[in-house]
Amino acid sequence: MKLEDYELGGTPLRSSDIKKGNVLTTSWEPNLAYAWDDGVAIGRYLAELKNGRIIGRTCYKCNRIMIPPRMFCELCFRPSDEWVYCKDTGIVNTFSICHINWDASRRGPNEPPLIPAVIEIDGASKGMGILHMLSEVDPDDIKVGLKVKAVWKNPGERTGSITDILYFKPLRAPTKRAKATKKRAKATRKRK
Amino acid sequence: MGYRKVAIVGAGITKFVRRAQETAKELAWQATKMALDSCELTLDDVDCVTLGTAPDAFDGVHMKGEYLADGAGAFRKPYMRHYVGGGTGIFSPIHGWFHVASGMADICLVVTEEKMSSCYPHPQGAFITIFDHTTEQPLKPTLIWIFALEMNRYMSTYGISKRDIALVSVKNKKNALDHPSAQLGGEITVDDVLNSEVLAWPVNRLDVSPASDGAAAIVLASERVARRLTDKPVWIDGVGFSLDTAYWATRDLCYPTYVENAARMAYDMAGITEPHKEIHVAEPYDPFDYKELHHMEGLMLCPKGEAARMTADGVTQRDGNLPTCPSGGALGVGNPIAATGLMKIIEIFLQLRGDAGKRQVPGKPRCGLAQAWGDLMQVGTVVVMRI
Amino acid sequence: MAITEKITNTMKPTFWEGHIPVNYVYTYGHAGEKFFRAIKDKGTFLATYCSACDISYVPPKIYCDRCFTKLDRYIDVGTRGFIETFTVSFMNMDGSRKERPRILAMIRIVGTDGGLIHYIEGIGPDEIALGMPVQAVFKPKGKRTGAIDDIIGFGPVTRGRK
Ligand SMILES: [Zn+2]
Ligand SMILES: [Zn+2]
Repeated sequence: MKLEDYELGGTPLRSSDIKKGNVLTTSWEPNLAYAWDDGVAIGRYLAELKNGRIIGRTCYKCNRIMIPPRMFCELCFRPSDEWVYCKDTGIVNTFSICHINWDASRRGPNEPPLIPAVIEIDGASKGMGILHMLSEVDPDDIKVGLKVKAVWKNPGERTGSITDILYFKPLRAPTKRAKATKKRAKATRKRK
Repeated sequence: MGYRKVAIVGAGITKFVRRAQETAKELAWQATKMALDSCELTLDDVDCVTLGTAPDAFDGVHMKGEYLADGAGAFRKPYMRHYVGGGTGIFSPIHGWFHVASGMADICLVVTEEKMSSCYPHPQGAFITIFDHTTEQPLKPTLIWIFALEMNRYMSTYGISKRDIALVSVKNKKNALDHPSAQLGGEITVDDVLNSEVLAWPVNRLDVSPASDGAAAIVLASERVARRLTDKPVWIDGVGFSLDTAYWATRDLCYPTYVENAARMAYDMAGITEPHKEIHVAEPYDPFDYKELHHMEGLMLCPKGEAARMTADGVTQRDGNLPTCPSGGALGVGNPIAATGLMKIIEIFLQLRGDAGKRQVPGKPRCGLAQAWGDLMQVGTVVVMRI
Repeated sequence: MAITEKITNTMKPTFWEGHIPVNYVYTYGHAGEKFFRAIKDKGTFLATYCSACDISYVPPKIYCDRCFTKLDRYIDVGTRGFIETFTVSFMNMDGSRKERPRILAMIRIVGTDGGLIHYIEGIGPDEIALGMPVQAVFKPKGKRTGAIDDIIGFGPVTRGRK
């Protein structure tokens, strides 16, 4: 058989066909809201975020500190062992500079790009990261391996949420020399 | 081991389009009817049906398996639905394979369908729910983030440039010009990719496959039945699937270990020891251009970090030593999630039979592979096929 | 996990709230397009028929789900039916009590194997019975949009056009 010998199904429409009513449609807005139980591990994780601390959980058998914390170790499949505080610093494992919102709409000209990153948290086992945002940093200064530190909401504004950390920012401001190098690099790029 | 041999004997597919007028059921029927017609079977000949389709939240139909059942030819038959995110389309033939290999069925229909256009404001709104609801969703993520984060990690680890990666998009969109189902075939250049809109650096618009509506179906048969139906059965000689942790931020994103695990399982079953020599044509999953490279490495078709160089050397072109995505892939043909994987299976089926028309790779390939990937970037599914 | 860390105080557990931010626009497909256009423009129902299986579909399908034959001939089957089964609903979606009960029925369209689920209008819970003949009551033509609620419900059969 060859695909070319068949008349294939699938009738393409334009979005204007729907807007103008060239084809009939019906629509539905689901009215669904959820309350997801935090459970023991994430419940404590969120409570500690409210206190301005990041907490993990150890597995003695696998010799690792897990973040986000979990009450069982998925590798050796036994209960995890102990709570342990991690630092609120870490290193950038990877990052993106994002110009769209969650619904794929474009960010406006005056909205800075979002910078999501995987941040390996200091005090957790190597490679153990969380998803969070970077800010107070020029996108050109971000590199994999950059040391960063959490910027917290004021204690009174925290609600026990991952967003109690506003974002992570570089641990150190870029040195004068790095700034100068960057300026030169930018100028060269412009000339090209 | 105690399996029966299983062959693909027929195939059907719709066009892949951004927005189809057909209902999901109608798309499923169009592909399924074509698959049955292609091997001159009727519904009465079919022992059981398996259906692959991604989240109900795309179509906005709960119990989508049941909803699609009549279009998949499943009424009053044993019927099962399976779903492993983007990996679904390659899991589908594996799921069907179990039914025939086990001796339960002689003829099994495998149907896949996706209708992503029903979802507003954008299918991304459904994707958001695959992130952890408590620790990740409050950050308002988009699915593109995890691709962008993975792509950056891959580039940083191996020192690969966006330019190297863009070659995949150029190749696949060009290949798709010859595919009758294709949504986004085209002659583009590396600079077109680099100059296209930046969505989430390092991901530009032309690095990404589109959202699509479409369906695909195949017919699987036991050895005895297959030899009666066709003189060109294509055998499923190896199947593999593997899942990694859902704590995706806690593992190294530069290498898809789960794809390697799935590939090893399939290669062992098929008796393949040197995949880069024994596989003649491959359809790795390419929802983003870097993913094709990532997956070639996970499939052990080349050493880690080498897939970009292989691509630049032209090895993966249709007339190269190891053609990849001769169909045009998800980047070119389109990406109606579950149907994409089965489109890849159908391409290898046609390539091995010598029925791929203008897309035919030279040298009479005898062994091919199709692979998909999905869930929260942690599932790998692999099928090895021979003629 | 030590026993002291299991949840024992059921007032203490916390939860995270959220929703899935999507809505949907569904096309009707090839058969649905014809079916709802006929309702909108002509106030009647269309069926497709498979002669091999001697079965007719209302709403119509572009294929026979028994033999998979393509069906592309549409037949006007009128708007009358019989009550196949019904239920009397006393509750609203949110669990509150309805002011007056509402009847929802499965209506078999006369001369076909198909049917619709819809409301019964103008027949009380005490009068309704299985097998009772009914006919569709439509909104005025100008107010119809090509949707299932172009039909107000099914009511008693009146004389005149079938
Ligand atoms: Zn452990
Ligand atoms: Zn029939």
